[in-house]
Amino acid sequence: MATNLRVIRALGMRSIRQTFRRPQLMAPILVFPTLLLAVQTGGAGGAVDLPGFPPVQGFLQFMLAGAMMQSLMLAGNSGGIAFAVDIEMGFTDRLFAAPVPRYTIVLGRLAGVAALGFLSAVWFFAIGLAFGAEVHSGVAGVLIAVFLVTATATAVGGIGAAIALRTGSASVVQGLFPLVLVVLFLSSAFFPVDLMIQPARAIAEYNPFSFIVEGVRTPIIADVDATDLLEALLAIAGIVVLGLVLSVRALRHRLRVG
Amino acid sequence: MAAAGAGRGRGDLSVPAIAVEGLERAFGEILAVRGVDLEVDEGEIYGFLGPNGAGKTTTVRMLTTLLLPTGGRATVAGHDVVAEARAVRASIGVALQEAALDPLMTGRELIRLQATLQGLPTAEGRRRADDLLERVDLAAAADRRVGGYSGGMKRRLDLAAALVHEPRVLFLDEPTTGLDPVSRKTIWEEVRALNDEGTTVFLTTQYLEEADQLADNVGIIDQGRIVAEGTPDALKAEIGNPHIQLQLADGSIDAAERVLAEIGRLLPPTDGHTVLVEVENGAGDIPRVVRALDDAGIGVESLELVRPTLDDVFVATTGHHLEKEDVADAPAEAVEA
Repeated sequence: MATNLRVIRALGMRSIRQTFRRPQLMAPILVFPTLLLAVQTGGAGGAVDLPGFPPVQGFLQFMLAGAMMQSLMLAGNSGGIAFAVDIEMGFTDRLFAAPVPRYTIVLGRLAGVAALGFLSAVWFFAIGLAFGAEVHSGVAGVLIAVFLVTATATAVGGIGAAIALRTGSASVVQGLFPLVLVVLFLSSAFFPVDLMIQPARAIAEYNPFSFIVEGVRTPIIADVDATDLLEALLAIAGIVVLGLVLSVRALRHRLRVG
Repeated sequence: MAAAGAGRGRGDLSVPAIAVEGLERAFGEILAVRGVDLEVDEGEIYGFLGPNGAGKTTTVRMLTTLLLPTGGRATVAGHDVVAEARAVRASIGVALQEAALDPLMTGRELIRLQATLQGLPTAEGRRRADDLLERVDLAAAADRRVGGYSGGMKRRLDLAAALVHEPRVLFLDEPTTGLDPVSRKTIWEEVRALNDEGTTVFLTTQYLEEADQLADNVGIIDQGRIVAEGTPDALKAEIGNPHIQLQLADGSIDAAERVLAEIGRLLPPTDGHTVLVEVENGAGDIPRVVRALDDAGIGVESLELVRPTLDDVFVATTGHHLEKEDVADAPAEAVEA
């Protein structure tokens, strides 16, 4: 077990280094969401005055959870792309030919994605605080949000890894980029569900990412809410299970086809 | 998990390092490997020779547990490649075709990662990495990113990574394809040195010279089947005797053939100026041939003793040549700085 943990840590470190050494992987994680946050906060800040908008200190405070969600989903996608690149160039063969359980190879990649999710949460909290946003529930709220963002990044990374394993194609995983944005825009990441029109509203109400967004946002704009937190955890668990099932099937497939 | 370094040192000499029986692999309707049988003894270099698409890499992927067989069975270092895959992986080192290296990692990072994957303690992994980088002459480039390495440096790094846990059996899949002659010779020397230290080497190649130079035994695979197996010398001896190739000065082919027919068996000529005669005693028959032609007043422009090659073996068993022009004369890349 200790050896497996060392392998996961080593592969996670490699994954992080890979992201920092390849700017095209880093840009979607921090640069794009930061720009979108700046544009939306500057251009749509008046939305907080709309009837039905939840009570917030300002639009930046509301948008922090959305920016984190965008960042973590793109981190998961980038993790999947990097994994697919490993498969394309044969690097995963090196890993699969080692005497370690093959799940450690996937977990190593997810450890890297989790670290990037953590970094994303810290980055956006730093930006938010620097530009005057407050975290209503204080340190506890920050810790809850950071945990949820990190866990969600890992869960999304699991789906990215499964798609990479199944297809072995970085292009296919990269092609999911627009889908990530659709899923985000059809959630409460950038706008309150109550102010959406149909059918987007119906989709957003059941989109698991809306539950996660609310789990992250609530402690930022209000007191910690156990129901929101539980729903977020359940949504993350659902994505984790989906990612696990897909990954196991994809791993078996890869061994069958080589 | 399988014990770290389970592969170190020589294994039980009574158990073949690799034993394969009726190994098959189908991809849908296509049977890429069709019942391969082979045995590799401990401490041997086995050359697995065949053209592109013959089934070499598919066989290696099954033996290294990267691909499940669809038929037959195989053991490596005494362990079944399907039922005891983890034990197999602990006993082998693998350097696959087209060195699968992360261009963003440094050489040192890669070998340390490999050491961790093989379960070596951190301190030992670091020591092994330093030793191996020194051994393959990459110590000075160890902290540079692999993306900046030449082809030869990448192959040497790949080889070093495969050796980090001192494996019992080393699989090298076309380790010199695309390399310049200098880099190719360096890899050959390293393979010989490893073998001298007791490592069994399973080497796939499409280069006849490589198999001839390195291998104790050669298996020739074509269209998924082993078509010939044995030592290079034995395989070539099966084909027949060497022949003498003569270029005549004055083009009197008919007269020369009449003279030479009394010395050996005439072979079909390749052009209008060359005579080929198979002789029993090789170089020992050259003086006799020269004297006979001289006595008949036939001038010789050039004379060459041609021994059977593994390509002749391949032609005899499959009906076509192993080395095509594009393989035999593949352009060599620039010699590394």
